[in-house]
Amino acid sequence: MPDSARNRHILVAAIGLLILFGLPVVVDLVTLLEISIYVVYAILGLSLGFIWGYGGILCFGQAAFFGLGAYTYAVTAINVGESTGPFLLAILLPLVFAALLGAMMFYGRISDVYMGVITLVVTLILFKFINSTANETWIVGKARLGGFNGIPAFPTLNVPGDPGALLDPEQFFYVAMVFLLLVYFGLHWLMTTRFGRVVVAIRENEVRAELLGYDIRLYKTAVFAIGGGIGGLAGALFANWGNFVSPGLFSLAQSATIIIWVIVGGLGTMIGPVVGAVLIQYITTLLGQQGVINNAFVLGGILVLFVLLLPKGLMPTLGQLLTRLRRAPRRPARRSAEQAEGGRDGH
Amino acid sequence: MATKGAVVLETRSLTMRFGGVVAVDNVDFELREGELRCLIGPNGAGKSTFFKCLTGQLLPTAGDVLIQDRSMLGEPPCRIAAAGIGVKTQTPSLFNGLTAREHIALAVERHHGRDTAAARIDEVIDRFNLGDLGRRLVGELAHGQRQRVEIAMVVAADPWLVLLDEPAAGMTHEEVDRMVALIHEINRNATMIIVEHDMQFIRMIGDQVTVFHQGAILIEDHVEVVLSDARVREVYLGA
Repeated sequence: MPDSARNRHILVAAIGLLILFGLPVVVDLVTLLEISIYVVYAILGLSLGFIWGYGGILCFGQAAFFGLGAYTYAVTAINVGESTGPFLLAILLPLVFAALLGAMMFYGRISDVYMGVITLVVTLILFKFINSTANETWIVGKARLGGFNGIPAFPTLNVPGDPGALLDPEQFFYVAMVFLLLVYFGLHWLMTTRFGRVVVAIRENEVRAELLGYDIRLYKTAVFAIGGGIGGLAGALFANWGNFVSPGLFSLAQSATIIIWVIVGGLGTMIGPVVGAVLIQYITTLLGQQGVINNAFVLGGILVLFVLLLPKGLMPTLGQLLTRLRRAPRRPARRSAEQAEGGRDGH
Repeated sequence: MATKGAVVLETRSLTMRFGGVVAVDNVDFELREGELRCLIGPNGAGKSTFFKCLTGQLLPTAGDVLIQDRSMLGEPPCRIAAAGIGVKTQTPSLFNGLTAREHIALAVERHHGRDTAAARIDEVIDRFNLGDLGRRLVGELAHGQRQRVEIAMVVAADPWLVLLDEPAAGMTHEEVDRMVALIHEINRNATMIIVEHDMQFIRMIGDQVTVFHQGAILIEDHVEVVLSDARVREVYLGA
């Protein structure tokens, strides 16, 4: 691993640990709860950031995995009465669903445009389906799906093996932050393995990777499944955060928001989607407190501005800027060294 | 044509149509073990389309492709490559965001375990004199260097059959000389097909040649015989 990458990881880890242990000490519970949802969204942003930025697969329906994770958790938690099994299932089910959907698309050699259409349509179908389950016949075990009303209450996270020991909001923050750090560094580690190298190779040049003997369909399916699983994890955490799930989790607006996070933060980086999600959601929260400007108008404006002015996104642009600034002081130093040398020659 | 080993690659009535255009027309072709075969022909003769049908990049409209007596029709390029076939495409086809060393690693790791891969990567880097380029992103390299990285990557996977599409394109005279020597070296351990239209390069390689014209095989013979053939001069050299 190059020194610059190692330093970057150390910096991110230090900031992450500082937030993990420092924030609960300095902010009140309401703010901590607000920050917890940003953390959940950051995990969701990472799920698309990985699929799109590293796998080169633009998924217009990342909300499908998010919603599936949330609903899977809610429904199974109501039936089981504790959180550990439902939480794991909320990761596993979207992962398997993404693997099946991915296999269908990649082994079917569907082009990028149609892949976008299919992922979009899948989200729409799930959105419409969940919306239409208001009738009391839509019951899974003890859980009523509730249609457009959503599922309002279910057992939230407890200490594994002890259903009575429910986590309080502060403990939930720790859990969400630990998952964010695990996903962030886990994905980074994955990209340093042979699997990660092949994934980048496929993103860079599919034909070449295939001519080397790598089955790009298998690798893309795996990337899609991992991204789906992470989306499901974010969904399960979201369900626990608000103790409420609704069809809006599957909505196109939700999918579009995730894409905006990734574009704003920076495609092809791990930190970009995290920063993009936190920044955009913070702005959304601020805008929600006023009634002068419409939220969607401002978010749309931000997206247009980023696409036009910072097409690489915030973090890659900041990275370039820092590199330029770091190099800038060397020039005069080199010039003065040359002058000194010239001076010596002259004498 | 001099007979070498057994037939290792064969096409039977291979045809590739694009709408009303017949790019490859009913081609029967045989390649024997240890051969170094050049496919030549003017632009649009169908040689690159034929090449893509062999590598699985195109699914032929009709006919069959047999590798070691096994039909590979409809197999994806990864399966054909996994059968021990190394392919270099017409323009350098690389991963611009990866270093030269990572390219070699990708090729080696496909066939070697972790314990032997590192030594093999170093061996290939040395053999192709990529030591100074190893840490650089290939997107930053010059055309000739990119060609070298691609061929090193192809050879790194230890293929028994190597297909090179225009390996000398865009190279300087010295680079072409080195490429000719390299091709002969590779041919010591692998059967080869080289698609090329540079006649000087074909003369330097100097072995069996198949001439394509209008999607079909016009003539197959030794390079000197082919180049002195009146039909070849007419269709290819315009003489």
